[in-house]
Amino acid sequence: MSTSSGIPESWISSFCSLLGHEYFAEVSEEFIEDDFNLTGLQTQVAMYKEALEMILDVEPEDDDDDEEEEEEEDEDVSGDARDGVTGRGERRHHSRIASDLSVIESSAEMLYGLIHQRYICSRAGIQQMSEKYDLGHFGMCPRTNCNQTRTLPVGLSDIPGEDTVKLFCPSCLDVYVPPNSRFQTVDGAFFGRTFGALFLLTFPEYDLSRSAGENATNLARLPPGDDGSMLNGMHARNIAPGLGPGKIYEPRIYGFRVSEVARSGPRMKWLRDKPADMSVLDEARHLAEGHGDSDDDDESMSLQGRPIARRRAPGNARLRQQQRPARNGSPMAVESTMNGA
Amino acid sequence: MDDYVSESDSDYTSYWRDWFISSRGNEYFCEIDEEYLTDRFNLTGLNTEVQYYQYALDLVTDVFDLDCEDEMRESIEKSARHLYGLVHARYIVTTRGLAKMLEKYKKSDFGKCPRVQCHSHPLLPMGLSDVPASKPVKLWCARCEDVYNPKSSRHAAIDGAYFGTSFHNILFQVYPALIPAKSVERYVPRVYGFKVHAAAALVRWQHSKRDDMRRRLRKMEVESGFKDAEDDVEEDDDEEEDEPEEDEDAVVGLDAYEERQVAGYIEAGGGQQPGTVA
Ligand SMILES: [Zn+2]
Ligand SMILES: [Zn+2]
Repeated sequence: MSTSSGIPESWISSFCSLLGHEYFAEVSEEFIEDDFNLTGLQTQVAMYKEALEMILDVEPEDDDDDEEEEEEEDEDVSGDARDGVTGRGERRHHSRIASDLSVIESSAEMLYGLIHQRYICSRAGIQQMSEKYDLGHFGMCPRTNCNQTRTLPVGLSDIPGEDTVKLFCPSCLDVYVPPNSRFQTVDGAFFGRTFGALFLLTFPEYDLSRSAGENATNLARLPPGDDGSMLNGMHARNIAPGLGPGKIYEPRIYGFRVSEVARSGPRMKWLRDKPADMSVLDEARHLAEGHGDSDDDDESMSLQGRPIARRRAPGNARLRQQQRPARNGSPMAVESTMNGA
Repeated sequence: MDDYVSESDSDYTSYWRDWFISSRGNEYFCEIDEEYLTDRFNLTGLNTEVQYYQYALDLVTDVFDLDCEDEMRESIEKSARHLYGLVHARYIVTTRGLAKMLEKYKKSDFGKCPRVQCHSHPLLPMGLSDVPASKPVKLWCARCEDVYNPKSSRHAAIDGAYFGTSFHNILFQVYPALIPAKSVERYVPRVYGFKVHAAAALVRWQHSKRDDMRRRLRKMEVESGFKDAEDDVEEDDDEEEDEPEEDEDAVVGLDAYEERQVAGYIEAGGGQQPGTVA
């Protein structure tokens, strides 16, 4: 396909310039050529070798030499087959039939997507994505109180075919359907579940608290050595700047607040809430004060006196069991103390 | 918006409101009854708000017959649209108006909530202010109870006062049966299957706020409206339950760099680990 005269566009850049593929970074050949990065993908994609060749614009290996054919079967995975192929590019024959090509093409897209999921979590890839972020390639949060904070493409699953790409907003920590329907055919697994959060952890100096509205761009970096306090591993001001007091919609009728106890009263404020004083989220303090839900538990049980009391207790026990071994693994874990204290 | 003028002698002239509500960009408006428009009581105070008030009203009610310059005509046009919007804000909180907007809501004429966990719940138009020309129209989701910007710039330019700050709240007061079930489903940012510590701490805090609210409501014997059973307050606040699928190979592709990067910022408990009770 890319063999026309002149300088052919690489498969990767033509893939990334397709309509709907605006969120994709161009994975470097270097990354793809490192076999370590492709670990486990052979089994996930049909015609893996051909797909890989297509992505790398390597001429397909031909099979008129019977010896070569044998080689082709198993070894290509190791990567050295590629070198052989490159050298013989000129001798190619058009033996491949069209149906094969379309299978390879779709395999190549799948393979590229899976590599992409890994690439954007690598140092080079996340850097490239930050450049796209700076250029506003990923759109903005549709939530009014997020003031047009720029979003990041994410998947809700790492397994292809399960869901389409979504947009993660660092300001409200929520995920949204991309506004344009052309993104609704892009597999979310090609971005994966990790990228969005990893991006925030990798670039803590993005000042997310300044909205696009206030600032023309929300990309101002925090000054180096910024006094902004750190909280739970992030700049406190960067933890959900779009949430909390003043950023929660208050339903009103003719100027009067709709009460929580009204049937149609607000029930979802917690989702957009944030402590006015973020230090209450500080794990150390949390621990010292022995703050937890367990006492409220008793309160509401005695209050109701319904059979719920019986149902809840085993539920908690189950959770405790489930959480303890896991949470103990992290020095930052606090959940087990919340139940135990 | 201004293409009406060129069609001024077509059939549409006799049905100004038809033309108006079927114009591109005016999808959020419903048709105001003739009856409502011709009752002066409903228009109280608007004469000072709208230029060429009488002509504008004549145009809206299809009795306009002034022979005038294009420029004048255009001004009257503009006033007519403004007048229609202002009356619209009043009309949609009447019984008839609510019913009409409800029909549009059911057809998702106002779009669908972009929040993933709202599963395309239909939106309602709303204003953040009742004062004309102060804030553009926004969209309200009754499921997550939040406010969103319209996708299209055509809609984003409409005056929010044409819908007002009360309509969407009144709708659910009048039709409580339509209040969507509230859901605790939510997104939790993860890195290689593990929750991001800062976000997870906030999520836990939010969930305790939610549980406090549910207890308050239970005390008052008010239905909380969550689709989850009322007695799940304690159990459901752990997202592990909401996301049963955990990836077994979460660590594939995690190289030394990322390992360093992530250390300390993530929490155990998210990824499936050997020995964890599933
Ligand atoms: Zn947001
Ligand atoms: Zn919603």
